[in-house]
Amino acid sequence: MNILINGLCLGGVYALIALGYTMVYGIAKMLNFAHGDIIMVGAYALFSGMALTGMVIPACILAAVLCTLLGILTERVAYRPLRGASPLAVLITAIGVSYLLESIAQLIYGTDSKPVSIGNFGTVKIFSADVAVSSLLTLGLCLVIMVGLTLFVRKTKLGRAMLAVSEDRGAAELMGINTNAIISLTFAIGSLLAAFAGIFYLMKIPSITPTLGSMPGIKAFTAAVIGGIGSIPGAMIGGILLGVIEEVCNSIPAVASYTTAIEFGILILLLLVKPNGLLGKQRREKV
Amino acid sequence: MSDFLLETRDLGISFGGLKAVQGVNLTVKKGEIYGLIGPNGAGKTTLFNLLAGVYRPTTGRFFLDGEDLTGKGSAEINRRGIARTFQNIRLFSNMSVLSNVMTGLGNRAACTVFESIFRLPRHRRAEKEIHDEAREILGVFGLDEERHLLSSGLPYGKQRKLEIARAIATHPKLLLLDEPAAGMNPQETAELVATIREIRDRFDLTVLLIEHDMSFVSGLCDRLTVLNFGEVLAEGACAQVLRDPEVIRAYLGT
Repeated sequence: MNILINGLCLGGVYALIALGYTMVYGIAKMLNFAHGDIIMVGAYALFSGMALTGMVIPACILAAVLCTLLGILTERVAYRPLRGASPLAVLITAIGVSYLLESIAQLIYGTDSKPVSIGNFGTVKIFSADVAVSSLLTLGLCLVIMVGLTLFVRKTKLGRAMLAVSEDRGAAELMGINTNAIISLTFAIGSLLAAFAGIFYLMKIPSITPTLGSMPGIKAFTAAVIGGIGSIPGAMIGGILLGVIEEVCNSIPAVASYTTAIEFGILILLLLVKPNGLLGKQRREKV
Repeated sequence: MSDFLLETRDLGISFGGLKAVQGVNLTVKKGEIYGLIGPNGAGKTTLFNLLAGVYRPTTGRFFLDGEDLTGKGSAEINRRGIARTFQNIRLFSNMSVLSNVMTGLGNRAACTVFESIFRLPRHRRAEKEIHDEAREILGVFGLDEERHLLSSGLPYGKQRKLEIARAIATHPKLLLLDEPAAGMNPQETAELVATIREIRDRFDLTVLLIEHDMSFVSGLCDRLTVLNFGEVLAEGACAQVLRDPEVIRAYLGT
């Protein structure tokens, strides 16, 4: 039971990060490799916010606002000028932004890990298993965020505009949609989700280093690819699947040290069978 | 202002050394259905791309209702009143029929991101207005029944109609139709003639269209311009232009 809940909780966090990857890919048609580092920025913002105010909620808000602005800023400064450039140039730029953010964090906070405690929420008994309240909180909030995002995309004009831009940017523009604004919005939402992921990450692992974003970033990217990159429900399913697999593997002593290998092995196997991921779009040739 | 809804002055574009379109002076009156014809590669679609802001003209200017739109981006031009359809259908194929039309309507509703997230009543009202208007437009095109289907699931003729419906949803003054009858059977073509007349009257539109089907053109258009090698070969009333020996020669290549 505990394993399942922890897995779902970790999966929820992966799903949040994977959503950022998948939305940016779907709409801006680029892989934002700096996305993982937004998580790190969120975590450090939380750390600083706690140090300044001593309270959790204002620190969380600070992290959310800072990450959202950072997402918009990186798109405007680093990616927008490269709109229309070769995908490789954009990819390298994203990796550059990633190292830039890590280096800035190292300059400000140093390279050693720092302890952060958001507080102990204790445990509750569910079916005779002790489950950490923080896990339940993470799981619940992840679900709320994902439902909210799905409704936003399905039911609002901005959501429709996002879908339209992801399907055909040129046609969307000719329908009067301001594609630059939609791309900014996508980066803002993706980065906001990354900030939440950073907060949840700290609930689970209460210490921070400037490179903490890279591993969850890569795992979540894997989740997005498993689910089918560009697909919002795909990212959610892929994230949760990967989280559960990871916790299950970690709980079996014989395979625990191979967890990461197993995860990426599953990715390779799945891509051999379904090259577009579980819910990925089949690319059709236009006639 | 001027009598003309659309006016181009010496409009042209070169790609490198190739003058794809040059020296085009078009004048389209309000409420007119105006045809643009010419052999393949004459620059018809390029001219549409200029008017829709996909390309920036290298020479000349164009005006909609007296307002200079030269060099504006396509989203901006759309908001000022020019909407278009495509020669190859470019619907949002993974979205429903209704959503496609609602996307066209979306950019005019008065409600911001923050209202969408926080001020629910106003957001909901805006969404309802969009929804109702989209259904009304679909009704005109006889697509209301199919509104929940994916747009890619529609038969070809209906996809073409949906593209026009989506363009109309942006409330244009001028509608550009790029080969609206392409691939249609004679019955669908006849229906399309009636539909285009109906929407012209109903939505107070002016229509500029590219077409190869001459019976379609002569049955629908008030006036014509013939393009050949990027330049205007002839223009005037429909029947007169189609009798012009120059035009016949350009088309038949004799």
